Parts: sequence; structure tokens; C-alpha cells
Amino acid sequence: MLDWWLPENVSTYGRDIDWLFQLIYAITGVTFILVTVALVAFLIMYRDRPGRRARYTHGNTTLEIVWTIVPALILVVLTALSAPAWSRIKMSQPPSDFVVEVTAKQFNWQVKHPSSDKVFLDEMHVPVNQVVLVDLKSQDVIHSFFVPQFRIKQDAVPGRTIRAWFEVTKPGRYEWPCAELCGFGHSGMRGWIYVHSPDDYKKWAAENLGAAATPAETKPETAKPGDAAKPADKQPGGKAKK
Amino acid sequence: MSAHAATAHTVHEHHDVGFVRTYVFSTDHKMIARQFLFMGLFMMILGGLLALIVRWQLAWPETAIPGMSVFLKETGGILEPSTYNMAFTMHATIMIFFVIMPILAGAFGNFCIPLMIGARDMAFPFLNMLSFWTTFSAGIIMLSGFFVEGGHAAAGWTSYAPLSAVAQYTGVNWGQNLWCISLFVMGIGSMMGSINYITTIVNMRAPGMHLFRMPLVVWSLFITAILLLLALPVLTSAVAMLLFDRTLGTSWFAPSGGGEPLLWQHLFWYFGHPEVYILILPAMGIASEILPVFARKPIFGYHAMAFSMIAIAFLSWIVYGHHMFVSGMSPTLGMAFTVTTMVIAVPSAIKTFNWLGTLWGGRIQFTVPMLNAVAFVSMFVIGGLSGIFMASTPVDIYIQDTYFIVAHIHYVVFGGSIFGAFAAIYYWFPKMFGRMTNGLLGHLHFWGTFIFFNCTFFPMHIIGVGGQMRRIYNPMQYEFLQHQQHWNVFITYSAFLLGVSQIFFVINFFYSLFAGPKAPMNPWNANTLEWTAPSPPPHLNWGDHIPTVYRGPYEYSDPDAREDFLPQSQPPAARAGARRH
Repeated sequence: MLDWWLPENVSTYGRDIDWLFQLIYAITGVTFILVTVALVAFLIMYRDRPGRRARYTHGNTTLEIVWTIVPALILVVLTALSAPAWSRIKMSQPPSDFVVEVTAKQFNWQVKHPSSDKVFLDEMHVPVNQVVLVDLKSQDVIHSFFVPQFRIKQDAVPGRTIRAWFEVTKPGRYEWPCAELCGFGHSGMRGWIYVHSPDDYKKWAAENLGAAATPAETKPETAKPGDAAKPADKQPGGKAKK
Repeated sequence: MSAHAATAHTVHEHHDVGFVRTYVFSTDHKMIARQFLFMGLFMMILGGLLALIVRWQLAWPETAIPGMSVFLKETGGILEPSTYNMAFTMHATIMIFFVIMPILAGAFGNFCIPLMIGARDMAFPFLNMLSFWTTFSAGIIMLSGFFVEGGHAAAGWTSYAPLSAVAQYTGVNWGQNLWCISLFVMGIGSMMGSINYITTIVNMRAPGMHLFRMPLVVWSLFITAILLLLALPVLTSAVAMLLFDRTLGTSWFAPSGGGEPLLWQHLFWYFGHPEVYILILPAMGIASEILPVFARKPIFGYHAMAFSMIAIAFLSWIVYGHHMFVSGMSPTLGMAFTVTTMVIAVPSAIKTFNWLGTLWGGRIQFTVPMLNAVAFVSMFVIGGLSGIFMASTPVDIYIQDTYFIVAHIHYVVFGGSIFGAFAAIYYWFPKMFGRMTNGLLGHLHFWGTFIFFNCTFFPMHIIGVGGQMRRIYNPMQYEFLQHQQHWNVFITYSAFLLGVSQIFFVINFFYSLFAGPKAPMNPWNANTLEWTAPSPPPHLNWGDHIPTVYRGPYEYSDPDAREDFLPQSQPPAARAGARRH
């Protein structure tokens, strides 16, 4: 069964997504079984047999109303249940000063960690239980930031900076593929996200981000246009500011 | 009706027009229908082979494909990533634009509309011929792309800009240009066809054939034509803009010159979502036509069926954003598209329940067209239900761009449209070609297709939930996907058997075409008007008199009638006492 299911979830909002997935799975599963059982039963019960005539009926208004309203109600409920999770995941971000700048290109993720201008290729390091804001850009075509175990997916669109976020609850090493066709090297465009305990992250940052590791707020603005240090409200991605 | 009088007059002027005007540049809607059918079936072979190449690569990545060393000389038959991208791009492009649309809208639109509304031909027979040859030219242009330097388009059938807009991003130059030109030409051909269909249905119905006596397949083709008329021009414009970006240096979609990549997605899906309904509505109509005939029962809820199709058509304009939930489009807008997407599920549910209602209490005959029509209903249920996962925005974040989407689209367009097309081919073959198809071969084809279709596409839900992305070249490059690779192997075996099952169809089709038993006028004891014309119908369809319509199309098993069917054109002489004119 585990082989047949969603990969392990390790992010905070992943629980909301998985819960909705399971709910829809249950609703559609039951519907499918009911419809299929009815269909097969009708095919067997009403198969052509000599001496029988089909029922002469053109429909039933009560039934039409019932099978219009019942699915409509179920779908209204599903919409209502989807809205809060969507709002939480995509329409706003929790406050955080841990901003990672990710610029996708054919066929790599280029990563700048907070308070450092050093570019890492296909490698991101973040602390566990920390809201990580990602300023997502692309320098050529559309790519898509996908980490199956985080339940995150966000396209990177050239010409825009789109802010996404995640918060991981379990340290580990997680695969980070590109999910949008981006050329002949699309398959295999893949990075790794290392989630450390806070202490391990500090240690890693000290060793790898070097002297440039100063607090994010005091980081000087670089001359490069469209840099991650721009405040969120100047971003054209249509995101609500925090 | 004046059109009736005018065309009835011309029937006497009919004379032999020679081989070219009869078989090549024919203006007869039935010949054009056959031309569309042959074109679609030929392209289906090509599209299917491309799919098998893709499947081989996914099951046994980077191994030589048997027989492909002829085409891929440098690699000895191994598919390279760029060729792989080309294969799946062209598989989808061909199947959607040159298989399903020509067969369902082109062939059966042309064949059914005049015959089922009681018209002698289309409103504009010459435009009809032009529509086919324009579409045919588009097909030739599309195929020529395989032979140009750099290969054919490889940016996916959705051709998202800027990947598709700048040649060096894919390395494809003229392939993508020809892709744009071909779809542009196809768009023009389709516009000619849709204007013709709409005009014919509005103006040329036989006496007594008011709108709510029209067979549901005519309703579905009418609504499809309206969608085609309004949706295709958006694609036609978009591919022209894309071509200008690629060749003339404009910058609609590439941000380097101030363009907006999401504009392409908005234009594409504004066409693309109605397109999905263009592909499925005729199949819905076909199922609604065939289920009553072989259940010997009136369709359940005729008006609900017609109005739900109208609702689907209207709503299909305002749901397209659900393809773009994670594209960077405003998430607030995404919420609005969730609401409309959930709403469009309701008419689909209504249709499904009405099909079940039609079977209930029937006297079901398991003919080959009936089996295909029932398969359509059950496969459409799966395709419809899996769509609800995508409608829920948070769930879509995860399953977007995975094989779950691939499974969903194939349950809708293969499980739906292709089973609908097979049902239609088996059902109207006697009328179209004047010969019956072989039942045994038909059953073998149906059961092989039904079983291996499900073995091929159902496990795609599973690997999609496991996270496998669509359009990847080699799943084994990803650690989190390696544990489910056995599914990819299973799917590929099933896909090959699905392909093999089609051999029964090819044999049946050509055997029956030349050596099938002669078809009677009304082999299925059906009510609609096409069964009152000879098999196959002559030029201008009926002799001196167009049939007059006295009732709806689904009067089966009326307790007052002696037979269990009551043709639309049979005068109610016994009860009404007088003939109506």
C-alpha cells in the first residue's frame, strides 16, 4: 500500500493537502463504486431476453433534481474546504526573514542562501521548523519548483519573481526535481534540499557561507536588477505581501 | 421549409460527375466524412506508434528500440532526450488535432448532421470540401516537420513560451515553425467546417424537425461547432503570434523583449479547455444516440441531456485557469477558477446519471457499438472523477505536472473520445459504407482495447500519486521514483498489447469495407432519419421526398406501437387519422 501512495509528507501545509486528497479520494472512490455497481447490475438485469419489452419512460423530474443537487452540494463543500488551505499556502506567507533566492536555468537550480551571495548549484540548505521563503526566478524558460515530500510546486517564470514558501518538520535530504518541461535536459534537472537541525544549519552556514553571513536585514543591496533583496511588495508575481 | 423545396428540385439535375469530383474533390458531405475518417485513422496509427516509442523509453530507458535503428541511425535505435521530447509532443498534437477532431467533428459531424436532420447536404458544400482539403494540407504541413533540420516541435503540445518562442531553448527551428503554420491552417479549416455545421443545423432541418426533436448527437455537434467557431480562432491567433516571435522578432511571449510568458498560457488554455469539450461532446452525443437504440428505450431525460451540454459549453469558457494554478497566475484568480471548475462537474454528473437511467429497465443488446458506448460511459466516469482532484487547488499543487494528469487526460480523450469514435464507427459503418462489420473481430477488438486501455492508463494514477512528473525522459534518474519503476514496465507491456488489439480493428475495417455482408437500410431498427435513406445513401441522400418528422428520436418500446421502435418519419396515421404535411 505504501508503494501505491503519496510520498512521505514532511511539510507543515502538506498535511492539509494530504487530508483533502484523501477526502476527495474517499468521495470519488465511493461514487465510482456506486456508479459502476449500478451500471454492471443494469447490464446484467436488463440484458435482452425473449418476451420482455423495455420500460417506456422519458425520464423523471424528481430524479433529475436529486442528481443535480446532490453532486452540487458535495462540490460546494469541497470548494469550501479547499479555500482555506489554498489561501494559507499560496495567497500569503508567514513572516520570516529566511529568504532563499532560487534562479532556475536550463538545467540547474541556482541557489543563494540568506546573507550570502555565493551561488550553489542544485543544492539548498535550510533549517528544520523554519519558514523558508523562496524568491523564485528563471533566466530562460519556465521551470517548476517541485519537492514531492514538501507538497510544494511553483512555476518559475522568466521576467517575474514569485515568492513561495515551505516549512519542513523533519531533517533529511530531499529530492528537488523540475516539474515543467524546460528543454532536452528537463529530465534530470534535479537538486537536493538538505534540511538540518538549527545547530547543524548554523555550523553548515559558518563553514560554507563564510564571512558574508550577516543578518539578512543588513545585507547591502546588490546592483543586479531583480535581486532577491527587493521587498516583497515590489514583486510582480501577484502575491499578497506579508 | 424553403431549403427543402430548393434542394428537392436539384435532385433531378444530378448527373455523374466523374472520378475526381466523386472521390477526391467531392462536395458530397458523405464523401467528405469518409475522407476525414480515413485521414483520422491513418494519423491514429502514427500517433499510436509515437506513443509506443515514448512508452518503451519510460520502461527501459536508453535501450535500443526494436526497429527504430532505421530512423535513429546515429544512436542505433536509442531515443535521445530531444527526440523523446519530439515524440511525446507530436503524439499529443497528432492525436488531438489530426485524429480525434477529424474523426469526431470532421467525419461524424459531416456524416450525421445532414442525414439526421433530413437535409440533402451541408449548407455550403463547396466550403465543406475546402474545409477538408485545408485540414488535409495542415496535416501534410505537420508531417513535413519530421523531415526538417533540427527535428519536429519538442516543447510539448502546449508549447509553453518562452521554450517554444526562442529556437535555441529547444534547438528546434523549422519544426516548431511548421507546427505553428500547420495549426494555423488547421484553425482556418476548422472555422469553415464549424460555420457550415451551424448554418446547416439552423436552416436546413426537415419539416417537423424542431430543435427539441433533434437527435442528441446533432445537439452535441451543434454545440461543438459553436465552441470550435469561438475557441479555435484564439489558438489560430496565438500560434500566429508565436510564429511572429520566432521569425519576425516580435516579442509577445519572450520576456527578453518585454513579452509575457503567461500570456501564451492564457491564450492557449482559453482555447485549450473548450478544446477538451470539443473532443468529448461529440462522444457524449454518440453515446446518447447508441444507448437508447440498444437498450430499446427512450433516452432518459432528453431535455436534461441537451441543456447539460449547453451548460458544459458555456462553462468551458470560464474554467480554463485550472490549468494554471501553479503557473504564477494570481492565486486569488485561481480560487475563482476552482469554483467554476467544481460547477462544470455538475452537468457531467447529470449526463452520467441519465445514461444510467437509460440503461435501467431496458432490453440491452450487447452489440459492438453498444459495448463501446457503455465503455465510454464507464471510462468517462473515471476521467470525470479524477478531474475533481485537480479542481481542488491545494491538491492540484501536488498533482499538477504528474502522471495523474496524464492518466486523467487519457481517461477523458481515449476512454471518452476514442471509445466514442469506435462506437460511432461500428454503429454507422453500415450506413457509411453499405456493409456490415464482422461481429467476432469487433468483440475481440473491443475487449482487447477495453482491458489493455485500463491496464495502460489506470496505473498512471498510481505513479502520478507517487510523484512521477510528466514529460520526463528517464524516471530512473530520480531516487524517489525508482521504487515504482515496475509500474512503468507494466504500463508499457499493456500499451503494446493495446496497440496489438487495434490490428483486429484494421482487419475488420478493411475486410468489411470490401467483403462485409450488404447492409440493409435499417440494420439496428433505429428511429433517426439516416436509417430511412439507402445504405449507403446516394448523392443528395433521399429520392424525391425529404422525410417529414413527426416525433422525437428515441421512441423505443412505445406500448402503443407494434414494433419496439417508431421511426421519426413514420406518420402517426393510426392514431392521428390524417397525414400532416
